[in-house]
Amino acid sequence: MTTTPLLEVRHLRVEFPTRRGKLVALDDVSFDIAPGEILGVVGESGAGKSLTGAAIIGLLDPPGRVASGEIRFDGRRIDNLPYDEMRKVRGRHIGAIFQDPLTSLNPLYTIGRQLTETIQTHLPVSNEEARQRAIKLLQETGIPAAEARIDQYPHQFSGGMRQRVVIALALAAEPRLIVADEPTTALDVSIQAQIISLLKRLCKDHGAAVMLVTHDMGVIAETCDRVAVMYAGRVVEIGPVRDVIHAPAHPYTVGLMGSIPAMDEDRERLLQIDGSMPRLTAIPTGCAFNPRCEKVFDRCRVERPDLLDAGATRAACWLHADSLRAAA
Amino acid sequence: MSTTALVEVHDLAKIFDVSAPWLNRVVERKPRQFVHAVDGVSFTIQRGKTLALVGESGCGKSTVARLLVGLYAPTQGRVSFDGNDTAAGFRSSSQARSLRKRMQMIFQDPYASLNPRWKVADIVGEPLKEHGLVGQSGDRKRELKARVAELLQSVGLAAADVEKFPHQFSGGQRQRISIARALATEPEFLVCDEPTSALDVSVQAQVLNIMKDLQRKRGLTYLFISHNLAVVRHVSDQVGVMYLGRVVELADKADLFARPRHPYTRMLLDAIPDIHMSGRARTPVQGEVPNPLQPPSGCSFHPRCPHANERCKLERPPLQSFGGALIACHAVEEGRI
Repeated sequence: MTTTPLLEVRHLRVEFPTRRGKLVALDDVSFDIAPGEILGVVGESGAGKSLTGAAIIGLLDPPGRVASGEIRFDGRRIDNLPYDEMRKVRGRHIGAIFQDPLTSLNPLYTIGRQLTETIQTHLPVSNEEARQRAIKLLQETGIPAAEARIDQYPHQFSGGMRQRVVIALALAAEPRLIVADEPTTALDVSIQAQIISLLKRLCKDHGAAVMLVTHDMGVIAETCDRVAVMYAGRVVEIGPVRDVIHAPAHPYTVGLMGSIPAMDEDRERLLQIDGSMPRLTAIPTGCAFNPRCEKVFDRCRVERPDLLDAGATRAACWLHADSLRAAA
Repeated sequence: MSTTALVEVHDLAKIFDVSAPWLNRVVERKPRQFVHAVDGVSFTIQRGKTLALVGESGCGKSTVARLLVGLYAPTQGRVSFDGNDTAAGFRSSSQARSLRKRMQMIFQDPYASLNPRWKVADIVGEPLKEHGLVGQSGDRKRELKARVAELLQSVGLAAADVEKFPHQFSGGQRQRISIARALATEPEFLVCDEPTSALDVSVQAQVLNIMKDLQRKRGLTYLFISHNLAVVRHVSDQVGVMYLGRVVELADKADLFARPRHPYTRMLLDAIPDIHMSGRARTPVQGEVPNPLQPPSGCSFHPRCPHANERCKLERPPLQSFGGALIACHAVEEGRI
């Protein structure tokens, strides 16, 4: 990649200290996001995808903490900033969109008040200017009669409309990166399609990069430039969306793609990965996927693979170790 | 055809009273309010086949499921199961028992549908005891245990799991326990209300495969409720698309996915993300589902429909047959689309 990355995540490790010892929820997670790029992060429940997003915006729930590794935004380290410093980064430089639009809005304040507050916290504008900006944002997100609706409360909006408001909030201070955690999971399919295309268009217009966390491969395929597949707290495969979908290199990605019922082919049975993701207390040694992997061999059970070149993508799998040896 | 129909639903309707409490109505002069959750739905399910109902939240698909198994009493209309009216059946307690034995339900949330304080042996064994399906002799306990173990194995769990509690299982395993429980009475008809919506895709694949295998082996008939068209396409033989309490299109699976006719069906299909990026042409989706308390006049889809005209705003289209498929649309009837 020629451009300098907007976000650099290097060897990120997140731990939850418990009475019975440390739980390692994220282990050695590294990736970049270029300016204006949309990176998808996909995985099943408990893979650590939301946690990665939370670590980036500095909202890890205690006692969770970044144990090692670093997160750099625009070259500046942000994972060790004091709380007040991080507050200035969050919202101003990194916006956030969460899954449930009802809980991300304050039910006691009007939409307008929440928007103008966000705008004025981060930008030096007068009340009137802030209000005009808020109306403009609501119009951009496709809310009809924005001048009238700005004085309404969240409960007066439908689920899809609320998510539009949340997107407007995330964009309010013109951040350069938006972390969107399952932004369409709570919505119906017809609304999901609208929200996805809106998010994509607005981020392009505003030049914002997006880290899109979702469990839905379809949403990833529609939206992202690159995708990172996570499993048991690690990135197992990362690469351009097209390559990961059409020619997945990691056996887990292969299984994941095969288990999605397709719209354009008939199969009597779906490909299935037996078993389920290990709990954090019982992550297998070696490659965490080895007990479920069809192509497992001795090395997988003892030694943990790092991301290796696997054609167009990079995969953490010993099947691709040959390319490593060839390069060395 | 009709001789092999196991379930026949005719003009089924359910109206819920959602009025404010009496005192509020008197003091604040609020009118009574009703939701027509299901409004004149008719379909038949052939023995050994799967009918899927799809639609967005609030379209009444789960209400249909609950009406069929007798968890709600219909406001209007008739459900017949194997030729007998179920409304009468569920009223008489002896007939209700035999009906419940022959039809079972699988619920969406495997965390809420299993009693957390019961062991799996009790959860799966209860229907067996309740319906007297295990012998009355001294061997009863052993027979029960053997039968539960057999049921668990049929859904891919281990016989040793009987001693565990629900919290010791993952979501997918719990859903298998629900399936085992539903199968305990050897029903002919299973109503599955979003059985895989709470599961991850790889686990969803496991559960869908089990459901298909069981259907093949035991000749089960399914009513499969889902909002996910890709899943529906995988499991069903016939598909009914619902919108605001009504069926707008009912067709064979192959037909519906190859040639969707109703504008709402087309919109739903267009809304599915294109995972293989085949670049098929798609019209952007517009609008949202209206408030079911004030459904639009005429065809309830007309405010979002690109083909709507004056007639659609005034007159509600009936479900009519067009080349094998049943469609409720004036534009299709008039040949405009």
